[in-house]
Amino acid sequence: MTARDLIPIAVLTVLAALLPLVVTSSPVLNFLVFMLIVALGAQGWNILGGFGGQFSFGHAAFFGTGAYATAILQLRYGVNAWAGLVLATAAGAAVGWAIGFLSFRSGLRGSYFALVTLAFAEVFRILANAASFTGGAAGLLIKLDVHPANLQFADRAVFYWLVLALVAAVLLLTRWIQRSRFGAQLVAVRENEDAAKALGVDSLKVKLRAIALSGGVTALSGCLYAQYFLYIDANIAYGSWISVELLLAPIIGGVGTVFGPVVGALTLHGLGEVAKQFAGRIPGIDLIVFGTVLVLAVAFARGGILGLLERLRDRGRGMVARGAKEVSHAGR
Amino acid sequence: MLAVDGVSKRFGGLMAVDGASLALEPGGIVGLIGPNGAGKTTLFSMISGFVPPSDGRIRFEGTDITAEEPHRRAERGIGRTFQIVQPFAGLTVCENIAVGAYLRHAKRADATARAREVARRVGLAAELDRPAGGLTVAGRKRLELARALATEPKLLLLDEVLAGLNPSEIRDIIPVIRGIRDEGVTILMIEHVMQAVMNLCERVYVLAQGRMIAEGPPAAVCADPRVIEAYLGHGAAARLKAEGAAHG
Ligand SMILES: Nc1ncnc2c1ncn2[C@@H]1O[C@H](COP(=O)(O)OP(=O)(O)OP(=O)(O)O)[C@@H](O)[C@H]1O
Ligand SMILES: [Mg+2]
Repeated sequence: MTARDLIPIAVLTVLAALLPLVVTSSPVLNFLVFMLIVALGAQGWNILGGFGGQFSFGHAAFFGTGAYATAILQLRYGVNAWAGLVLATAAGAAVGWAIGFLSFRSGLRGSYFALVTLAFAEVFRILANAASFTGGAAGLLIKLDVHPANLQFADRAVFYWLVLALVAAVLLLTRWIQRSRFGAQLVAVRENEDAAKALGVDSLKVKLRAIALSGGVTALSGCLYAQYFLYIDANIAYGSWISVELLLAPIIGGVGTVFGPVVGALTLHGLGEVAKQFAGRIPGIDLIVFGTVLVLAVAFARGGILGLLERLRDRGRGMVARGAKEVSHAGR
Repeated sequence: MLAVDGVSKRFGGLMAVDGASLALEPGGIVGLIGPNGAGKTTLFSMISGFVPPSDGRIRFEGTDITAEEPHRRAERGIGRTFQIVQPFAGLTVCENIAVGAYLRHAKRADATARAREVARRVGLAAELDRPAGGLTVAGRKRLELARALATEPKLLLLDEVLAGLNPSEIRDIIPVIRGIRDEGVTILMIEHVMQAVMNLCERVYVLAQGRMIAEGPPAAVCADPRVIEAYLGHGAAARLKAEGAAHG
């Protein structure tokens, strides 16, 4: 990685870190934290779906695993919340690896893989809803005990900075993937699996690594959700709403790009929030906005917002170049 | 170096390859010819691990690799191109070739440098930053060759890399293939362009309806009545001979 790879990430992170100094209202901070949590989960989806081309419709399986893992570890085993964060991430990676092992080994691809992930998430949701170990339908409450050691802060801004730092860390991770052998092989598998194999790429191993990383990152976001809102149940943690959010954000922002998931989450929730302000009485107005943005993105902006910007930039450059030519011709 | 021992492949009721054997010594260019549908590509797919044989063994440098995965065989040094080109369409030419180069070079800088070097050799230097999806047919064929070459193979399986090229493009690429051989890479090539086969191959195998029917120097093989019949139909050899006699 070069300085050019790192500077945009650093600049954006610093700018975002300054926000709480300006914005102090709790609802706005809540909104920002929630949006960053979705962005983080979507970054996880993007590693597997964007770079690996394996579209999952069931990333709730990882989000929920992270959320439940930390809640159960704290409530039933008295594990420290910070340790819970690490263990929840590991649990998500393990679940990812296991789902990958079962589906990739039997050669599932494309829509079949998508459906299998959806099925896993649903099974987990039903199990979590039924088992008493997971609190059943009543869900789990993490005890309110504000102390930095418990990953609960008096000031919401601290949690915001924590989530932001993790989003930035995953931006770096994604940038590294993009610049590494692993990433090149992952993208090769996405583009053409047989051709990749012929070039010595162990496609199963590469996909397993990707789904483990993806599951880990998304579980981390689920863990942060549980830790911030201090309550989860099966329909929140393993619900299809989160699977949909985690896949929409990268598709709208720019699939397989470093910033795509963050841009997408920001756009979706930004627009959703604006719509709620103006038409809050219409129930589900934010979902209508999500749907509209998705249709627009699919119809007019393949490659998402970032793809669109890149095309505009290229066109702009083309015009500048042409302009320069004309000027130099005129000068002669 | 490579020993294919009585391999067969059955697709349902069709014996695509039927007890074919072949042996390669290190170095040199060997041809694999035969009419359309003879089973040449299927035989390549079995050697490179994409199609499991129904029967028979394949050994590479003394090791039985019959059951090995394609990527393991690539690691051992078996490179292949695809008759139907398989570019990573969304990536640039350089990124395409780098995937191959990463097999022996873990660092990005090394793999990229290697990719550029290979691109120069096969005449793709000017296209390095173009998306592979936008290449011409000739460009895509070169890209297939470049990617396989970037894995630094010991044995290179070329499946009709000249098909679809015009005579001047063929003239350009023949010295490239010769150059690869001169570096010590063993080449087995499927080819329909007979002029190129005559020009490049020291030895050819002939596959017809899944069976290996002849083997030897190209000139001798082309005069073999069994080969003529395989291409032109039953009785063709006798007819040609009679015609030859009448004209003489
Ligand atoms: N995956 C498959 N399933 C079923 N039949 C197949 C499959 N692959 C090849 N075949 C059949 O096996 C036979 C041999 O095909 P193959 O592609 O090996 O021939 P080929 O010698 O390479 O021909 P060409 O010169 O046209 O490339 C053909 O009849 C083909 O239709
Ligand atoms: Mg063929």
